[in-house]
Amino acid sequence: MSTSDHPDHPDQPDVPSPTDSGAVGAALEAGLQAVAAASSLDELKAARIAHTGDKSPLALANRAIGTLEPSQKATAGKLVGQSRGRLNQALAARQTELEAERDAQVLQTEAVDVTIPADRRRPGARHPLDTLMEEVADFFTGMGWEIAEGPEVEHEWFNFDALNFGPDHPARQMQDTFFVAPGGPAASPEHLVLRTHTSPVQARALLERDLPVYIACPGKVFRTDELDATHTPVFHQVEGLAVDRGLTMAHLRGVLDHFARTMFGPEAKTRLRPSFFPFTEPSAEMDLWFPAKKGGPGWIEWGGCGMVNPNVLRACGIDPEEYSGFAFGMGIERTLMLRHGIEDMHDIIEGDIRFSMEGAR
Amino acid sequence: MPLVPITWLREHVDVPAGTTPDQLAADLVRVGLEEETIHRAGVTGPLVVGRVLEVAGEPQKNGKTINWCQVDVGPEHGAEGGAPRGIVCGADNFSAGDSVVVALPGAVLPGDFAISARKTYGHISDGMICSARELGLGEDHEGIIVLSDPPAPGTDAIELLGLGEEVLEINVTPDRGYCFAMRGIAREYAHSTGATFTDPALSTQVPEFMVDAFAVTVHDERPVHGVGGCDRFVARIVRDIDPTAQTPGWMATRLRQAGMRPISLVVDITNYVMLDLGQPIHAYDLDTLATPIVVRRARTGEQLTTLDDVRRTLDAEDLLITDSAGGPAARILGLAGVMGGAETEVSASTTAVLVEAAHFDPVSVARTARRHKLPSEAAKRFERGVDPALPPVAAQRVVDLLTELAGGVAEEAATDLDRTKPPAPIELDADLPGRLAGVDYTAEEVAETLRSLGATVTQVEVPEGGRRALRAPHLRVVPPSWRPDLTVPADLVEEVVRLRGYDQVPSVLPTAPPGGRGLTLPQRRRRAVAQALAEAGLVQVLTYPFIAPSRHDELGLPEGDDRRRTVHLANPLSDAQPAMRTSVLDSLVDAAVRNIGRGMTDLGIYEIGAVTRPDGGAHLSPLPPLGVQPADEILAQVREAVPDQPVLVAGILAGNRVPPGVLSTARAADYADAIELAQLVAQRAGAPLQVAAETDRAPWHPGRCARLTVADGTVAGYAGELAPKVTQALGLPARTVAFEVDLDVLLAAAPTEPTQYRPVSTFPAAKEDIALVVPAEVPAAELLATVREAGGELAEEVRLFDAYSSESLGEGRKSLAFSLRMRAPDRTLTAADTAAVREAVVRLAAQRFGAELRS
Repeated sequence: MSTSDHPDHPDQPDVPSPTDSGAVGAALEAGLQAVAAASSLDELKAARIAHTGDKSPLALANRAIGTLEPSQKATAGKLVGQSRGRLNQALAARQTELEAERDAQVLQTEAVDVTIPADRRRPGARHPLDTLMEEVADFFTGMGWEIAEGPEVEHEWFNFDALNFGPDHPARQMQDTFFVAPGGPAASPEHLVLRTHTSPVQARALLERDLPVYIACPGKVFRTDELDATHTPVFHQVEGLAVDRGLTMAHLRGVLDHFARTMFGPEAKTRLRPSFFPFTEPSAEMDLWFPAKKGGPGWIEWGGCGMVNPNVLRACGIDPEEYSGFAFGMGIERTLMLRHGIEDMHDIIEGDIRFSMEGAR
Repeated sequence: MPLVPITWLREHVDVPAGTTPDQLAADLVRVGLEEETIHRAGVTGPLVVGRVLEVAGEPQKNGKTINWCQVDVGPEHGAEGGAPRGIVCGADNFSAGDSVVVALPGAVLPGDFAISARKTYGHISDGMICSARELGLGEDHEGIIVLSDPPAPGTDAIELLGLGEEVLEINVTPDRGYCFAMRGIAREYAHSTGATFTDPALSTQVPEFMVDAFAVTVHDERPVHGVGGCDRFVARIVRDIDPTAQTPGWMATRLRQAGMRPISLVVDITNYVMLDLGQPIHAYDLDTLATPIVVRRARTGEQLTTLDDVRRTLDAEDLLITDSAGGPAARILGLAGVMGGAETEVSASTTAVLVEAAHFDPVSVARTARRHKLPSEAAKRFERGVDPALPPVAAQRVVDLLTELAGGVAEEAATDLDRTKPPAPIELDADLPGRLAGVDYTAEEVAETLRSLGATVTQVEVPEGGRRALRAPHLRVVPPSWRPDLTVPADLVEEVVRLRGYDQVPSVLPTAPPGGRGLTLPQRRRRAVAQALAEAGLVQVLTYPFIAPSRHDELGLPEGDDRRRTVHLANPLSDAQPAMRTSVLDSLVDAAVRNIGRGMTDLGIYEIGAVTRPDGGAHLSPLPPLGVQPADEILAQVREAVPDQPVLVAGILAGNRVPPGVLSTARAADYADAIELAQLVAQRAGAPLQVAAETDRAPWHPGRCARLTVADGTVAGYAGELAPKVTQALGLPARTVAFEVDLDVLLAAAPTEPTQYRPVSTFPAAKEDIALVVPAEVPAAELLATVREAGGELAEEVRLFDAYSSESLGEGRKSLAFSLRMRAPDRTLTAADTAAVREAVVRLAAQRFGAELRS
């Protein structure tokens, strides 16, 4: 590029006299106009070189101050200095403006459609029955109870005898028990069953733990029911057991009411009806007052409960004269169905992922 | 379970007029008799008594003969002017003069069968003459009902037959056998409502019995648990019975309402008395009996044809009623307390009967009923406990009814072989009910409540030094004869709380003692695993643990594989699936197939559950007795008989792991996803896994399977692609991948002490990439471990970032490139430091694998 081609760099620059306020003002004015006219950062850069560069009129005028009489230097210096200051300010201001414009422009061109589904990762989900069991466990640990566990293939002694079901007791028949066939590929011993309730964990806990015992056991149980809308041969219960000095049925009711309110809201409450279980006496069926019941609030069967039978305590080496306790059990599936409006058991047990995915929406 | 017609109940207890079955149900549930259902009326509309005036047989072209009958149905229900109605009837077990049941147009019979006047066989049939079956009164379709002792034509037959009464059916728990009778239910109704109860057993006059009036002996050679099979046997004889006498309508109605079919007068009377009092009764045709009657146990191999016409082979434990036809105790009359035999059954020609009312051991009856699958009405009652004081009373009721309804004459001589013992007294601290219920009952309230039950209660002195001598009065309670379930103080406590009302028990939240530790570490880690897999995009499912043994063929398990050692059920839901799963994948594959079949072809599912892994060894499996703590070694045997049931985590992925989308390129799930997820499980469980190639583990692909081990070398599981034959056999898509990890192994290997954290160095990092050329068969994981080892403390992070093979590297060689980030805890690393690390890495890799630095 030849400087002679450039309009702002004439071969013979017209150097304003540093003492000529008119000429300096004109140079300043020309500079300010060029700054204002710059519509891009490149144009502004050109204006800067032309009007503040070494060969610009104001720079030349500044240099000419050195040739002046000392008496003129101060006035001329002030005149040229102020002009250069104003022009630099204008340049800086315009620079900021143009940079902001450019930045805004860049961001605009980078815009994308953020509503395009951001689903590069497939979502998963927990099974609601499992999360409900965790919620139940949290309820009990929140009261200071512990969570106990036991095997699903269980010895008859734990499932029945330790719980005061005699070998010929009609109650042993009323539970539709899956029995393990002795022998077979595993050479299974006699007297094994699939546990019909979580209650064998009562005996296991009482034999293994120090008193007092406050435990809950959520777990899988088995009965020979065919699968239909409200029954399943494999289902889940939560067992509660407290054995301590001075425990009464009133304490049992207290826990049940608290549990009902936690699961079903502040309006929920329980009602006990006399019943029979070999491992509790007195025994009761427990009904739940369920305000959100379909078709209006009402009582719903929720589980069984009672005071631990002295024979159970004895089987576990505990003196029933000194200790008493209560136990209860309720179905997790039933709780889940009531609470979440599930109408068909098939949905819970079939493993169709669409069911669990409801909870992940 | 028992049905409770209110009209019958009212004979024994004052049930207010207008009480509905719903109200009755509410009253009974308060004392523990739960509603099973309420049987609603099955017949509506005009159903009346009609007298047949004329029967005209009209042969039809099809060979049948129909009867064109004129039936008087009374002035109100008759045709114009009260005239008889013309009705066509196909049955011919009746004749002019008989009274029948007529459904008039407008009536609706069971099964929504609406009656209207219709043209048939050339007549307008103006109603229908009904059979028992058409009215839902039983399966008897031999002919239409002919009423004995009929009321006037036009009388409402719905009421007459008890078809209009809605009947409550209740559930009776096993401890309350006495509620299998109106007597017991009436007593409970009185307890619930305070209504006046009259015990029917007390209003029957029983004569003096002579033990040897009719020769009966009990000879029990093999008592069950040392309890004699028969401790009471009452025999009564009634002669001159009119075999044509019919069951009166009221009795037939009550039997039907209670769910039993009227059969013949003698049988109906025994059933009626059983339903009323609770005592099962058997009537024998006296003329077929040969004295003496002997109650004895069966001999192995003896056979009996029971009343249901089934030939049964008897067990040495079965208690029998025999007589002495063909020798002493030679002929079997029936299974005691369960079912009679066909041979001595009363028949249409019976004129003399022997009435048996006995008391049998509940356990013996229960075992026989179960053994022969005979849950008869009698067995149902005996196994739950029948009042041993009832036999003479019930026998007398039968005698009275036979006398009254069949013109029978009772022999005065009677037998009562009575070895029953009075109920044992129970010692009860009067404060025990209150202490267990949390209610302040006074000693008087406790005693009064137990007396209302029928018990005798006396206050007794407690000897000095008795444990609770000073705390509360001490009661001696003798339970009533009909409550054999009351044997220990806890039983009495339940009765007191029950009769005073469960609603009296307050609600008090107990405070568990401080010391609860929340979830255990393994429990928390198990939760973390479940949550992590869901967050990694898998969906949790729950499957049944029942499998077909052929599942292990489909999974390609070799013969002798431990996982084929399945526990089998004696009574599986499906004979095709008798085995318990030994791995979660056994049953999880079904859920995968189902989902894919339903269109969810991009699938990732997982399950956490127990499996049954018996060790196959012989185990003693004692069954210790009730109510005492077993000895330690016995308890240990009981525990060890239970097979191992580890909790496994398994997952299956098919289709795309990354779905196609605007922002993503689809990527199929592959073996590495399975391994990555298994490692995620391990990481959440707290026990990192080592990965090694596994070439022989079904159901996985031998070239795409990782064996996963914990630090001590124990195998925790496997992950990779399923073998092509397996996916084919199961109907899964090719290249489906799966993992399965034993959570128990992971949790056992996971440290329980808190993680110790090291100070973080703030000196600058140095980065270095090292590419090593090694033989192709060198596992990447081993080379990576070697690089880490050689890098030592300074190698803060080592990653394998590239694997590459080409001819230029040489035959059977590959290049693996690692990036290292190095840092020292105490200084800035120099070029000499990083060069030393590089040299150490190359040296160790060369030494172990013949590695060369790639130039």
